[in-house]
Amino acid sequence: MPRSKRPSGLLRNLNAKIAAIPMILIASVIFVGCTVWTVVHSFTKSRLLPKMDFVGLDQYERLWSTRRWLISIENLAIYGLCMLVLSLVIGFVLAALLDQKIRFENTFRSIILFPFALSFVVTGLVWQWILNPDFGIQFIVRNLGWESFTFDPLFNPEIVIFGVLIAGVWQGSGLIMVLMLAGLRGIDGEIWKASRIDGIPKWKTYLYVVIPMMRPVFITALVLIASGIVKVYDLIVAQTKGGPGIASEVPAKYVMDAMFSKQNLGQGFAASTMMLVSVLIILIPYAYLEFGGRRRDK
Amino acid sequence: MTKFTAIPATVAMCIASTAYAADLEVTHWWTSGGEAAAVAEFANAFNATGHNWVDGAIAGSGGTARPIIVSRIIGGDPMHATQLNHGRQAEELIEAGLMLDLTDIAEAQGWKDIVNPPGLLESCTQDGKIYCVPVNIHSWQWIWLSNEAYKKAGVDVPSNWDEFVAAAPALQEKDILPLVVGQQGWQTNGAFGVIQVAVGGADLWSEININKSVEAAAGPEMAKVFAAADTARQMSANSNVSDWNLATAKVINGEAGGQIMGDWAQGEFAVAGKIAGEDYTCLPGLGVNEVISTGGDAFYFPKVDDPEITAAQKELASIMISKEAQVAFNLKKGSLPVRGDIDLSAANACMQKGLEILAAGGVLPSGDQVLSSDTTGQIEDLFVEFWSDLSMTPEDAQARYADIIASAD
Repeated sequence: MPRSKRPSGLLRNLNAKIAAIPMILIASVIFVGCTVWTVVHSFTKSRLLPKMDFVGLDQYERLWSTRRWLISIENLAIYGLCMLVLSLVIGFVLAALLDQKIRFENTFRSIILFPFALSFVVTGLVWQWILNPDFGIQFIVRNLGWESFTFDPLFNPEIVIFGVLIAGVWQGSGLIMVLMLAGLRGIDGEIWKASRIDGIPKWKTYLYVVIPMMRPVFITALVLIASGIVKVYDLIVAQTKGGPGIASEVPAKYVMDAMFSKQNLGQGFAASTMMLVSVLIILIPYAYLEFGGRRRDK
Repeated sequence: MTKFTAIPATVAMCIASTAYAADLEVTHWWTSGGEAAAVAEFANAFNATGHNWVDGAIAGSGGTARPIIVSRIIGGDPMHATQLNHGRQAEELIEAGLMLDLTDIAEAQGWKDIVNPPGLLESCTQDGKIYCVPVNIHSWQWIWLSNEAYKKAGVDVPSNWDEFVAAAPALQEKDILPLVVGQQGWQTNGAFGVIQVAVGGADLWSEININKSVEAAAGPEMAKVFAAADTARQMSANSNVSDWNLATAKVINGEAGGQIMGDWAQGEFAVAGKIAGEDYTCLPGLGVNEVISTGGDAFYFPKVDDPEITAAQKELASIMISKEAQVAFNLKKGSLPVRGDIDLSAANACMQKGLEILAAGGVLPSGDQVLSSDTTGQIEDLFVEFWSDLSMTPEDAQARYADIIASAD
């Protein structure tokens, strides 16, 4: 629009702009406003009720000298990395297999997607039972004759986070598969024909042609998985309650416990601010690369 | 369960109640069989006055219910009465002026003279005003022993902690777990507190928990306590349970020798039809230091802008502390009454032991009364880790414990 017509520019699409006002208000008040409020109060010694008694960085010092928080961070890193890799790999492989024009594709797709219809709480409980050494997998295998078989991840502090991971991947990879399948179906059939004529093996076509073409699908999947990782809470509560000991604690649970059962809002706010910071550290360079790059390309 | 059985009863009462009666919503987390029966005694006594008790039971333990209760009060949707553990959990709510001041009826009815031990009422008092009504005493300092397990192992039932430790190998030979501890913070912390009082003595406990003495927490007496706790955690390794009542079930079935747990465990034995002295043995203070802590439950009344409700709230408060309600409630609940002037001869052998200790004045405040929720939470985190991670030495644990006490408030 030319500069001289600026006022009419403001009024252009007026309906759409009015309709967007509530969303803008919600975004600015709820997200930005509450985030700022939380960050400000993380520098106070608020207990049960928010108070403006500033104590500087005390809450953060305590946070980073608390073993439970450090273990939470470590767990989240392990869980996050494995979850990301496993969901993407399993989701893509399942989708590629389903894409081979097999019979009963709908049935398989439903079966694999089904866990996603369950909440994390149900998932956690189901896997808590399956992994329970007294009546789960260990019990069954021992009854089959392998007396010394031991598989009790939920009672072993060293590997408990992988017990949780199994449940997380089981629940989440179905959705990723469906996304990937949609992406695969979006690939033009001509590409496959061309690669067949050129005599390129199928796996090479997937790896070097199809996957790069599916970049937007991968990014969508990545965002979905990543947001699920940072907020993982209910799965832990249902499956292990953070145990054994504090071996499967996660940051979100630390925040909840600090704010509600320890009645220490300041500490909870400090922890949630750290969670926000860690998300921003990943998000900002990514957004810069992703959206900054696109402008250059096109 | 409670909720569903309460609905028809509530509906029936709504129809029956007169126009002037007030409906009071009462929240609590008493949902197990014995607890629900006990709280029904309060409800019936209150309904008999023509008012209406609207039951708001919250399933799950205090840890689940407390945040719900507190956020409702802060969020401006207060119930009319609620259970809390008296002490510091409601401190800030009172400071913020959200709780009803009960001083006038407390003075009129002379609560100061009838509540025994007096510490209970002191925990309800802030700036000289009384904000809650204590309803029962629960003590942590008990170990519950399975007579059957000891018979199987061919040793006598221990009568104190040292004998208990000495008998452990005999139990282990028979594949019986000597000590069962549920792997949850409040349970491991509770068990440690009991060992602390038993091994270190009541003075040491008060010095650390009330006076927040770092020297005492880091000192040689505490080192002994941590050594005893180390023995305890080794005896309880492979407990593989997390809920306290499942741990108690192991003692009831003779799969475990003993459990350190508060007197609410009694209800589980009673439900299983076990008899104190014959099927199970209880040792207050681990048979060493016969002292019990007098934590317990209290009811708080959030402030409401309606004089009729306020009057009904005060009426409910006075019913809860009345002789009749105290007897009926505590017999069902298995807890000790808050007043010393009532007859509880119907109580079982273990409750009688508790009453004797109470009468003799062997009492301590409970952790809830002296430590803030924040400090308690930090200590729970420490002990749940100490208990499950055998590579953490007692010395390390003691150093971290002293740090927490140093920053406690």
